[in-house]
Amino acid sequence: MASLALSRPRLLRRPDVPVLAVLALAVMVLMPILVLALSWLGDESAVWRHLADTVLADLVFNTILLVVGVTVGVLVLGISLAWMVSALDFPGRGFFDWALFLPLAVPAYVIAFVSLDLLDYAGPVQRTLRDLIPAFAGGSVRRPWLVIVTLSLVFYPYVYMLARTAFMAQGRALMEQARILGLGPYAAFWRVALPMARPAIAAGLALALMETLADFGAVAVFNYDTFTTAIYKSWYGLFNRNAAAQLASLLLVFVLLVLALERFGRGRARFEQGGRQVHRVRPRGIAPWLLTLFAGTVFFLAFALPVGRLIYWVADSAWRDLDARYVGLIWRTLLLGLGAAFVTVMLALLLGYVRRTRRHRLLHIAIRGATSGYALPGSVLAVGIVLSFAAIDRLLTQYFGTGQVLMGGLLALQMAYVVRFLAVAFGPVETAFERVRPKLIDAARTLGASPAETVRRVYLPLLTPGVLTALLLVLIDVMKEMPATLLLRPFGWDTLSVRIYEMTAEGEWARAALPSLSLVLAGLLPVYLLMRRTRVY
Amino acid sequence: MNSWLKNGLLAGVVAVLAACGSPESEDTREVVVYTSRGDHLVKPVFDAYTAETGVQVRYITDNDAALLTRLEAEGSNSPADLLITVDAGNLWQAAERGLLQSVDNDTLERNVPAHLRDPQGRWYGLSVRARTIVYSTERVSPDELSTYEALADEQWRDRLCLRTSKKVYNQSLVATMIERLGEPEAERVVRGWIDNLATDVFANDNAVMEAIAAGQCDVGIINTYYFGRMLRDKPEMPIKLFWANQGAGESGMHVNISGAGITAHAPRRDEAEALLVWMTQEQSQKLLADGNMEFPVNPEVAPAEAVAAWGSFRADDLNVEVAGRRQAEAVKLMDRAGYR
Repeated sequence: MASLALSRPRLLRRPDVPVLAVLALAVMVLMPILVLALSWLGDESAVWRHLADTVLADLVFNTILLVVGVTVGVLVLGISLAWMVSALDFPGRGFFDWALFLPLAVPAYVIAFVSLDLLDYAGPVQRTLRDLIPAFAGGSVRRPWLVIVTLSLVFYPYVYMLARTAFMAQGRALMEQARILGLGPYAAFWRVALPMARPAIAAGLALALMETLADFGAVAVFNYDTFTTAIYKSWYGLFNRNAAAQLASLLLVFVLLVLALERFGRGRARFEQGGRQVHRVRPRGIAPWLLTLFAGTVFFLAFALPVGRLIYWVADSAWRDLDARYVGLIWRTLLLGLGAAFVTVMLALLLGYVRRTRRHRLLHIAIRGATSGYALPGSVLAVGIVLSFAAIDRLLTQYFGTGQVLMGGLLALQMAYVVRFLAVAFGPVETAFERVRPKLIDAARTLGASPAETVRRVYLPLLTPGVLTALLLVLIDVMKEMPATLLLRPFGWDTLSVRIYEMTAEGEWARAALPSLSLVLAGLLPVYLLMRRTRVY
Repeated sequence: MNSWLKNGLLAGVVAVLAACGSPESEDTREVVVYTSRGDHLVKPVFDAYTAETGVQVRYITDNDAALLTRLEAEGSNSPADLLITVDAGNLWQAAERGLLQSVDNDTLERNVPAHLRDPQGRWYGLSVRARTIVYSTERVSPDELSTYEALADEQWRDRLCLRTSKKVYNQSLVATMIERLGEPEAERVVRGWIDNLATDVFANDNAVMEAIAAGQCDVGIINTYYFGRMLRDKPEMPIKLFWANQGAGESGMHVNISGAGITAHAPRRDEAEALLVWMTQEQSQKLLADGNMEFPVNPEVAPAEAVAAWGSFRADDLNVEVAGRRQAEAVKLMDRAGYR
């Protein structure tokens, strides 16, 4: 059944609704990307020559350095923390379990700005050191290491989330078997738990790296020039959108390579469904407290400190901007986030289901295409979306006299979120699908379960943690999404991230603290609720 | 778990439906604005306009490049009547791409000086932003200072702080220098600046001022309204403004504008023109400029008290469109000079 190969003619002869839906989805996601690819029809060799003669080598080197550094950073933080909360017991574990996800709720460049504001020459840390130690000279901290540390602290939750779900799903029995077979606790981790979690870790790493490659805001705070810098230089500085689109599509190719590596990283590893994890090992002596110290330090640096700084700014001056309109801002932010998360995860489930049950090369390529939107810098993708939606609007107007249908409507905005975040939802959903082994389905059917019952009693329980993880990631990502929201929102649909943008664009960082803090607070409740639900398995 | 999931699904469906219900349009006079100025700066202005005329202003904020792309893509379908942006370079670019239409209006020509509007009337300045030298009152005496170009001299070695060349303000400044001095001389100046840097270039003007106050460097180049805001919050900071290039035969201080133009396909062209004209008149000029401590574009209108206290200056009288015309050259020049 599952292994039945569909040949192309049959695919066309008998319409298969889920398959057609996947193809339509792939077209929708690929449309804005293909619009960007059209840029290659133009000759921008002058821009290329200029970039190659001046800055390109540095940009490429910086980008590679950043990718390597962030890879190490998010893997170390994400895996170690995920293992701690799922397999070990230490004071505060229940709190850190969900709180360690929180850094993702703060936009990366807000954390970047706060860390630089604290640590740079004119900041409080160096000022205090200079006052205390006359010999302390200090200097600029706008260096690669701080960029890498900051981005690792911002993006590790992707790895943490997916690895945590995987470790928890492995269950106690697996580790006990490993121990019975004579492995020590460390060997059991390295040789059993970690390899089995590889698909999830690779999926989390891919998300973190795509964010890193597409990031412009955070690296701009440090004035650290990466490949995205060249894109924006061409677009904003040289007024050459075509060259920017060419550069962006190259970045996309690079990301597709990263994704191929991820496939490779997954290897043949597959999840095994395990029992519920109820018992956690409590290390002896002061070790549990050391774990608490480690988790606490990460939480402090990645969340408590920046949020504390935001609270300070709000209390100091930014509260003056608080008015009744904030109720609407928070409401719309949550509404857009929940709506987009719901739609996107449903579509990711569709992709996962089709990928699981249909074997057709074209389909698998379509799925790959449908999940590539995340790799582009947000504003470049937003431009691709605007160009393609506006073109559709013009066609509709020409033939039916409709005027603007897509542009400036919520439908277009929702579609943009799907295009951008389908990959984010698909990662956890796909790894969840891998837990549903074909033999389970066969067994259910043999035992006389109807298809509906199979879905309810086999698929649903096994998919739930992954689905909730996906919901959470997309919700948080949409809430802080900026370029597409700015460009496509209908009149009056301002959100918190729009406010953050407006303040920071005018250099009013302290005033941006109010919408930033509101964004974190608005995200707290859904994060807390969803994380509790992903805990059991 | 299952019932929870069901509730979750239900909430999701409700959210989607709620998110897709479109707001109802009212049957009142209105005008639609695309603007790169933040809500906190434009809303007071638009509210005043509505209060005075009864015309509703609907607006979208976004960055300049994105708004231009949207206008261009929407073409004749665009609901926008008026584009308000900062930096003459963006306005020049919008006009160049045919996104704006000419306006011939005596009041506008009277209220906006000739060098702060498009010669063909496609855009008009609304407020003036000056970019000048800031210095440490502890380590620099103002008579050591003269021009932007002089900051390339040996005496400022390891004493200069600059903001990144990726910011359009610096691109405009260098574009003007190319126009005034020619490309080789402008490049020599920029290279001199880079040699004089005390530390890596900063991401924003506030950081430049903070570095000067903290002693990391002694002079920098900033927009005056950042200085105004900084001093409003921390009046004790040991920094001061210096009006650059004021000497006889020198170019005058580099200024730029925030400005507006009527879109090529404006559905409510007359409403747009009325709003544009209104914004250059006294009361609205105060609102526009004072909200961000900028200078009014209308020479008849006095700047805010705190701004006027910095003293008066002679501005460069080159038409600000040069910022757009030579922006790409300026970017390339700064790349060559190693100005990040």
